[in-house]
Amino acid sequence: MSSPVVQLPDAQLRPLLAAYDASVRSRRMHSLVVVACVVAAVALSSVSAEVSLGKLAANIGNFTSYFGRLLHLDSGALVFSDPVEWFWGLGRWLRLLGETLMMAYVGTALGAIGAFFLCFLAAANVAPRPWLRVAVRRFCELCRTVPELVFALMFVIAFGLGPMAGVLAVAIHTLGALGKLFSEVVENIDMKPVEGVHATGAPWHVAMRFGAVPQTMSNFVSYALLRFEINVRGATVMGFVGAGGIGVDLVEAIRKFYYSDVSAILVLIVITVSVIDTVTSHVRHRLIGLEERR
Amino acid sequence: MANRTPIDLIAIRDRHPHHFGPPSRERQFLMGLGVLAVALLLFGMAQLGFFQGSFLTGVGKLGEIAGLMLPPNPGDWAHVRLYLMSLIETVAIAFLGTLVASIIAVPIALLAAKNVTTQRVLRFFSRRSLDTIRSVDTLIWALIWINVVGLGPFAGVLAIMTSDIGNFGKLFSEAIEAADKKPVEGIVSTGGGRILGIRFGILPEVFPVLASQVLYFFESNTRSATIIGIVGAGGIGLHLAEAIRTLELQQASFIILIILVTVAAIDLISNQLRFALIGRRGPAN
Repeated sequence: MSSPVVQLPDAQLRPLLAAYDASVRSRRMHSLVVVACVVAAVALSSVSAEVSLGKLAANIGNFTSYFGRLLHLDSGALVFSDPVEWFWGLGRWLRLLGETLMMAYVGTALGAIGAFFLCFLAAANVAPRPWLRVAVRRFCELCRTVPELVFALMFVIAFGLGPMAGVLAVAIHTLGALGKLFSEVVENIDMKPVEGVHATGAPWHVAMRFGAVPQTMSNFVSYALLRFEINVRGATVMGFVGAGGIGVDLVEAIRKFYYSDVSAILVLIVITVSVIDTVTSHVRHRLIGLEERR
Repeated sequence: MANRTPIDLIAIRDRHPHHFGPPSRERQFLMGLGVLAVALLLFGMAQLGFFQGSFLTGVGKLGEIAGLMLPPNPGDWAHVRLYLMSLIETVAIAFLGTLVASIIAVPIALLAAKNVTTQRVLRFFSRRSLDTIRSVDTLIWALIWINVVGLGPFAGVLAIMTSDIGNFGKLFSEAIEAADKKPVEGIVSTGGGRILGIRFGILPEVFPVLASQVLYFFESNTRSATIIGIVGAGGIGLHLAEAIRTLELQQASFIILIILVTVAAIDLISNQLRFALIGRRGPAN
């Protein structure tokens, strides 16, 4: 089957081709300018960040040999050959991992509870006072922009070394992050139930309880679970500044070059985080399914 | 208010029996879950020492510390210069780490995407390795890279890069999987191969999405870059940790302040660029 291809006469074709070339050329110029900007920025930042590819190339062997050393016991045997020796500190590490999970859980729960009470004050559609709304929003912004570890450093001074500083740091960061997400959820609710409750003469907090909360609960739980997942990862490094959890042992093992311990702890962390990821994402999908069935 | 109509409770009860009866099975289950969650929270708080006197004294001390932080004060101009230089270094670390990670992540994401890589085993391994990279925190990567290239900002760049390869790999592969497959079919029908199909069928469609995700991460990476200095991987974190540990709290609050301003500025710029790329009502995040 052959379909006739329409051939325009040359005279008609020439201006079209010229226009096409011009448009391609201008787009190429545009991309070229963008690329040039990026290259200039890369050059400037490379100077500032002391990037030296020479050093990387010279030491990249270190990277692979570092991983090689991670996989060998002190005796020189491969770690897989003697799992009992590899995980010699399993009892202590599991206890620390439990502490890490507990820190993440308590921090997430406290932060989520705080965010739950703040989000109604910060949502544009239900906020009782405009100035209060702005104040709460700024407060949440401050809580989530300052990195967790900075809070942890300060709390370690106030509460001493130990998991409490880590929990509070996680909680404050979670408060800021969830406060924003929760208030966005509240801003998207159907206002009719709230108006209905208001119409019966109920005060603001009752209208929120029976008009707004039932519509938002599954989304709140879903966001809190997502945050829990993130916080488990964050809690593993709280120990780096002395704020409790598995990080205490990990940073010691890295700094003192206990290679097989580093790999054992990393394996435990990766397994824990993946299990938590799988479980929470499963629960979250079910929650979203619940929401859609309504 | 005086002459309310008397409420016929019995009639209302009869009309809405399920609102007055005992709670349903599903509700009981949810309430049980809630009670369990609260019990676990209380248990955890007790375990972590929240109900001891040290918590209250700690709160008191925290108030004292907050008082000492105000007003923010860098000390002298030499400090201001030092802090600004390391702030620039921090932004440079975040920029380079994000950019290099996004370049490396594209081929890996193609390997992990269902509609590009039909080979199950390859896809499985690329996904699992991305998950593994993601489950290790940036700070841990920073410590590992310090062992390779030594202390300094270069280790920070590599740490941000490594942990972002995991993040980008996952996000990119999801974006690629969501791409329309008709352009690829069109290209294959004209005789183009797989590579050409990816180049002209998928990449033009997903590029704005990827770029917007990269810009979004640039801001959050600036925040990560401010703390990797705590373990010695360059940037302003070193000075911040030092100022807090030596109780130079007014300097610490000054550093926090300039970090906040920088992050806000980068947020603003990257948002403008994202809107320019995808339009104001483009795909979320």
